Amino acid sequence: MTVATIDTSRPLWEGADWDYDKVRRAYDAIEVVATRDLGLDTYANQIEVITAEQMLDAYSSIGMPLLYKHWSFGKHFARDEVLYRRGLRGLAYEIVINSNPCISYIMEENTMTMQALVMAHAAFGHNHFFKNNYLFRQWTDADGILDYLDFAKGYVAQCEERHGLAAVERVLDAAHALMSHGVHRYPRRRPLDLRMEEKREKERREHQERMFNDLWRTVPTKGGAHNGLSDRDRRRAVLGLPEENILYFLEKRAPRLHAWQRELLRIVRHLAQYFYPQRQTKVMNEGCATYCHYRIMERLHSDGLMTDGAWLEFLHSHTNVVFQPEFDDPRYGGLNPYALGYAMMQDIARICERPTQEDRAWFPDIAGKGDSMAVIRDAWANFRDESFILQYLSPNLIRRFKLFHVRDDAREPALTVQRIHDERGYREIRQTLARQYDIAWAESDIQITDVDLTGDRKLVLEHRAMNQIVLDEDDTRSVLQHLADLWGYEVSLEEVDAATGARLKKHTVGPRMILGA
Amino acid sequence: MFTIIDRRLNPKGKSLANRQRFLRRAKEQVMRAVRDQASKRRISDIDAGGEIGIPTGGVSEPTLHRSMTGGIRDVVAPGNKEFIEGDLIPRPPQGGGGRGSEGSPDGDGTDEFRFALTREEFIDLFLEDLELPDLAKRKLATTESVSWSRAGYSVAGSPTNLNLVRTMRNSLARRIALNRPKADAILALREEIDRLERKGGEAERLAELRAELERLLRKSQRIPYIDPIDVRYNRFEATPKPVAQAVMFCLMDVSGSMTEHMKDLAKRFYMLLYLFLTRRYKHVDLVFIRHTHRAQEVDEDTFFYSPETGGTVVSTALEEMRRVIQERYPPDEWNIYAAQASDGDNTSSDNARTASLLTQEILPACQYYAYIEVGGDPELSPAALHMGARETDLWRTYRQLLGDGVPLAMKQVRHRREIYPVFRELFAKDQQTQGASA
Repeated sequence: MTVATIDTSRPLWEGADWDYDKVRRAYDAIEVVATRDLGLDTYANQIEVITAEQMLDAYSSIGMPLLYKHWSFGKHFARDEVLYRRGLRGLAYEIVINSNPCISYIMEENTMTMQALVMAHAAFGHNHFFKNNYLFRQWTDADGILDYLDFAKGYVAQCEERHGLAAVERVLDAAHALMSHGVHRYPRRRPLDLRMEEKREKERREHQERMFNDLWRTVPTKGGAHNGLSDRDRRRAVLGLPEENILYFLEKRAPRLHAWQRELLRIVRHLAQYFYPQRQTKVMNEGCATYCHYRIMERLHSDGLMTDGAWLEFLHSHTNVVFQPEFDDPRYGGLNPYALGYAMMQDIARICERPTQEDRAWFPDIAGKGDSMAVIRDAWANFRDESFILQYLSPNLIRRFKLFHVRDDAREPALTVQRIHDERGYREIRQTLARQYDIAWAESDIQITDVDLTGDRKLVLEHRAMNQIVLDEDDTRSVLQHLADLWGYEVSLEEVDAATGARLKKHTVGPRMILGA
Repeated sequence: MFTIIDRRLNPKGKSLANRQRFLRRAKEQVMRAVRDQASKRRISDIDAGGEIGIPTGGVSEPTLHRSMTGGIRDVVAPGNKEFIEGDLIPRPPQGGGGRGSEGSPDGDGTDEFRFALTREEFIDLFLEDLELPDLAKRKLATTESVSWSRAGYSVAGSPTNLNLVRTMRNSLARRIALNRPKADAILALREEIDRLERKGGEAERLAELRAELERLLRKSQRIPYIDPIDVRYNRFEATPKPVAQAVMFCLMDVSGSMTEHMKDLAKRFYMLLYLFLTRRYKHVDLVFIRHTHRAQEVDEDTFFYSPETGGTVVSTALEEMRRVIQERYPPDEWNIYAAQASDGDNTSSDNARTASLLTQEILPACQYYAYIEVGGDPELSPAALHMGARETDLWRTYRQLLGDGVPLAMKQVRHRREIYPVFRELFAKDQQTQGASA
């Protein structure tokens, strides 16, 4: 696919209707811009045309093309369907799956301009992000995910046949309830492979030989191998506690589960892990895709490959997507990740190319550097929302969004405005906003801290409550019920204030039915 | 590098299995919602789909998350206009106003979960816990009707079922195996002999040929062209067929004492019963019998709308029903249901006859006999409120017939909204178990 294959003298498409030939030509043109101008590096693309109903289907199975069967997906489908039919909610224009080849869905009802926009947005923007961002590289396996889902679907169906729908459903319900706490937040040490192990063994032997001194043998030691650990510490070390990945712990250590139940937990855990990076990169991912589609479409238009009509249609959709209502607007529902992400990408480009005095002071590394795409690509590869905002949110943007920081302290009668978009406020607003996107702050810090193995096998969890915000009472009870069912014995969760260590609340739940029995 | 795939033709309803799991999960709530809806709907709309709402409780998906209230929360929001550092903002009322709340990503605040049911799902759920009593006639053992289906071949059968292809194939195989002389060979031999006879001479050769012919003819006689062991017949197997047809008798008193309101109640009941039967049986016949002091089989319009005057003799209707059954609906081929609507009046001298007709003729033939006693609209005539207190002639008569294993049920209805509950009660599942245990 070279530039020569594209006839640059006339638009790639005219009118609203699309056909395969137009899609193909548009794709080729987009690809040229994406690789030449933006330097994107993507997985191979697979574009699938689907109907509105299939889009609803995809929604309900959390966007995955194939998934095991569970009632909650049916519930989501039913809800989305009603909203869609009532016209309360439109459908997304696209869904893109982090797999290799990267699958993007486009809807048959879309106009040709929309199809081009979707391809630029999903097949190049998101695709590049999936392939290059460090979180996705670390946590997801784009090559294997579809095969794994296929396996999972088959395995769950097989379990349903052998153990009954109800039994499988109970395990999956419990696993889904714990899904948000079924991820590893830090990469674990990989076990050494044989060659590495041999190498290490050899090095140690050499070291011993070099350091050999027969005198060591004569040094008297204390009797017994007591290493000074208390019972509790030893137990915790053996069980790998404290452990924040509850599903992982249950899968490995729950005393009463059957092998197939552990495997189900594992499937849900893998799924949670697969989506873990997406939750941390909403702003960046959408910002990346939106920035890409804007740059690509802009280029197609300036090259005369897109009619003015198509350009206006594109702008209409684009501005809809990046619209940010203000806080007192009835449409306000929090910061729009598309708007924030896109604005930040544009702002970085501006800082690189046309920096002000302020930018030079705030961003000495990148201000006036010229090659904005290199800087942006580097940001896409090495940051997540929290660190990205902390690093790149500029005073200019804070002023543009008129961001302000409000503190809501339940003990006070009124909310206070802490900081606004002025010289004194920039840093703090930036920090607070970054923290809002930090998954460690957004999600409750819950860990399994102890198991009374010699006694009643009670599982002890601890929630370190940030800012004295305790867990939602009702939901927590139901989740702990699920947890107790899986564990098979009593479970207690203690809520502790993270700052002072004061005990705030305690929930204790016994098993209702033992899933493993 | 790039593939485009058209998935539009992929099979639809990928999430159907998930949907069924969901409905099963939320069954209790869905059933309750359907029941509520059904009582609000018009009968003619009863078999349509629709949107229902169920409380979120049973189908909630709990997660560990922070409570929405309490503690210290820091929020960054866009669009500051007049605030400066240190300003105090009055707390927005709880639950209202999007400002100041972080808004959990998937917590939608509604306390009801709404979704749409298809027509089939609605009707199925609507009729779910109604099970027709005494479906014994659907049991295979007692059915008379069978259907025949082809099932391989047999060596015995009637000539009409002879399978020529199979028979000839066997015959051919046998003839080849036993080396039966071919007709052509015999013909050729005969011609040869003929030729030699006419030419004369070569007597020795002629004798040889004649002996050969003799041998072949004998052999072909010994080995028949079609042997009984070749013959194959198409085999048919009888599959017992459950009786999948029902007849529904609508009996109604049309004497002057029945008001339009009462007829309307009766009509609604019949419609419900009809709808119910059409779900259960492939074919449902309707017979309308109206009666005053004499009974008559009529068409539907006449039944409901044609005025009639006269006394009230219930037994005439039962006699008419017996006649129709004898003429057209033999009980071993038809499931017979009857629903009688009346205001309860009967000529007192007729009660004994009615009772004996029912017990001896009608009830044994029936799957189910429902009697509903319709009363005046309590909102229009408050006096009718007291109707329940007084037992009518017919009610008293029928009540004596009730007992274990008797397929008779009776109820009083005074208002439209009572129709459905009464119907449910009449056909509730536990009655079936009662009937079975008797």
